Amino acid sequence: MKREVPILITLVSGIFCLIGFFVPHPWIHDLYGDVQNWGIVVVGCTYVLGVANLLRINLRQAQRREGDWIYKIVLILGLLTTMAIGFSEGNHYSDVHSRFQWIYLTFYSPMTSTMFALLAFFIASAAFRAFRIRSPEALLLAIAAFILMIGRVPLGNAISHYIPDAADWLMEIPQNAAKRGILIGAALGVMATGIRVILGLEKAYGGGGEGGA
Amino acid sequence: MLGVERGRAGVHLPAAVSVVFFLCSLLLASPAAAFPLRARDTPNDGGGSITLEWTAPAPVAKEWVLVRRERGGTFAPVITIEGTAHSFRDGAVQTGVFYEYQLVAQPTDPQLDSEVSAPTRAFAAWFDRTKLNVLVVAGIFFFLLFFYIRQAESGVRWSFRKIPGLAAIEEAIGRATEMGRGILYVPGVQEIDDIQTIASMILLTKVARMAAKYETNLLVPANSPGVYTVAEEVVKSAYADVGRSDAYRSDQVRYITSEQFAYVAAVNGIMLRERPAANFLLGAFFAESLLLAETGHSVGAIQIAGTANVHQMPFFVVACDYTLIGEEYFAASALLSNDARLLGSLKASDTVKIFLIAVIVAGSLLLTFGQSWLTGFFATQ
Repeated sequence: MKREVPILITLVSGIFCLIGFFVPHPWIHDLYGDVQNWGIVVVGCTYVLGVANLLRINLRQAQRREGDWIYKIVLILGLLTTMAIGFSEGNHYSDVHSRFQWIYLTFYSPMTSTMFALLAFFIASAAFRAFRIRSPEALLLAIAAFILMIGRVPLGNAISHYIPDAADWLMEIPQNAAKRGILIGAALGVMATGIRVILGLEKAYGGGGEGGA
Repeated sequence: MLGVERGRAGVHLPAAVSVVFFLCSLLLASPAAAFPLRARDTPNDGGGSITLEWTAPAPVAKEWVLVRRERGGTFAPVITIEGTAHSFRDGAVQTGVFYEYQLVAQPTDPQLDSEVSAPTRAFAAWFDRTKLNVLVVAGIFFFLLFFYIRQAESGVRWSFRKIPGLAAIEEAIGRATEMGRGILYVPGVQEIDDIQTIASMILLTKVARMAAKYETNLLVPANSPGVYTVAEEVVKSAYADVGRSDAYRSDQVRYITSEQFAYVAAVNGIMLRERPAANFLLGAFFAESLLLAETGHSVGAIQIAGTANVHQMPFFVVACDYTLIGEEYFAASALLSNDARLLGSLKASDTVKIFLIAVIVAGSLLLTFGQSWLTGFFATQ
């Protein structure tokens, strides 16, 4: 039963959502919307489990004085303080001058920007490796990248107007063709995976088992 | 007498002319000069909407006030529309109730007003005909799926091309075991309702079973509590399946945060501290893909990535040892399992792909010769 019930729920809700995609009639479509809202409610409830897991693991690591334990304390204090201030401000937590917004803009936002800014350095190091020409394919990649990069800056147009045109051609024809090929394959993969899950051929949920594994 | 007659005739002639002019002007100003307003139920919707179309003769009004009444009722304004508009969808009507509409010119000029439309009612459709093409392809896919599953059950076997990334999964876990280091499995940054995350959970089952079998430490940091809940169940079940329930630790699967870059910071921190020997980046990734993959590369881990997000694939191709691209990612679980029914679904997928390639070629040829019906049928926007 532990295995059959989840498969049955998946089958019924999967087929219902499939029908809901094609039928706009309110009898079906309203219920289809309700089913999707149930999903949001379930995900909302899992936040309780998630936060409990976060606290349990980090408290334990701090208690055992594991490596970098001081950061676990910072994390837990940050989480609890932010939650307490957010709850104390009720519906006004997102007001411009609320303390919750102050925490968000003063601490969280700069840290996020810093992480994102690191991408520039990572791109540079990845590009260095990518453009090492070790095969004919890598040579093609390097040539295409060179045309594209120089065609996207004013220097390319200053050298010749053919360079931006070539860059546009690369993006619109070969790049688009490859991308659409990948997308069509991925879309069919999505359908196949969805049907396998709906029909219970893939049994990752509800106790694994060897079926489909 | 004659003079009198003449006098009478002299009086009556201009009067008759003015009557004729008056009638002519009435004719010109009569409703026959107003333009028609066509109202019809908006097709392929769930009701509650009527579409109006018109072609106003020049000169058109600066603005129109659309007025509406239930059949037999009195007109009330609905909305003011630009004078140059030719259509409007009224989405605030009750399904099943008959309505009549009229466009009233602004500034007021009754000569520019439209006719009153014929009574029309909105009704709910049972099938969205714009999705007929999707239904056709899905129908073909379903038919082929069941056909090939049946064939697989009767003993037919097919061969599929080898995907190096899949063969490398066991190699990566074996390497981690030999080095005495752990495995890091990152299931993407989307919710559990995303198909890429679902596919990732299926692959996690295989990876967790191998990790449990080889007694290698597996760590799964989750970006969403929904994914955390499912991943925990998946890993726990995988350990139980290979008889290693005792080896499962509750901190192997952990919820980190739902914030994208905070998650990246945490996972990169784990990579730098734990220095896993194998990284699996399987799921939906966005701007964080390269941040994760480059950090993994810097700690010397063998990295296997898979995603269907086209814009992130180049980053994974550059920074990872193996990348499952698009359909390979979704086919991975079936190929790893070697289950005949799952392979049947791959065969169906490949056959539909051949069908779609044929449709693309035929559509291109037809379009070249001025026939757009095939491309029109498969248009989705």
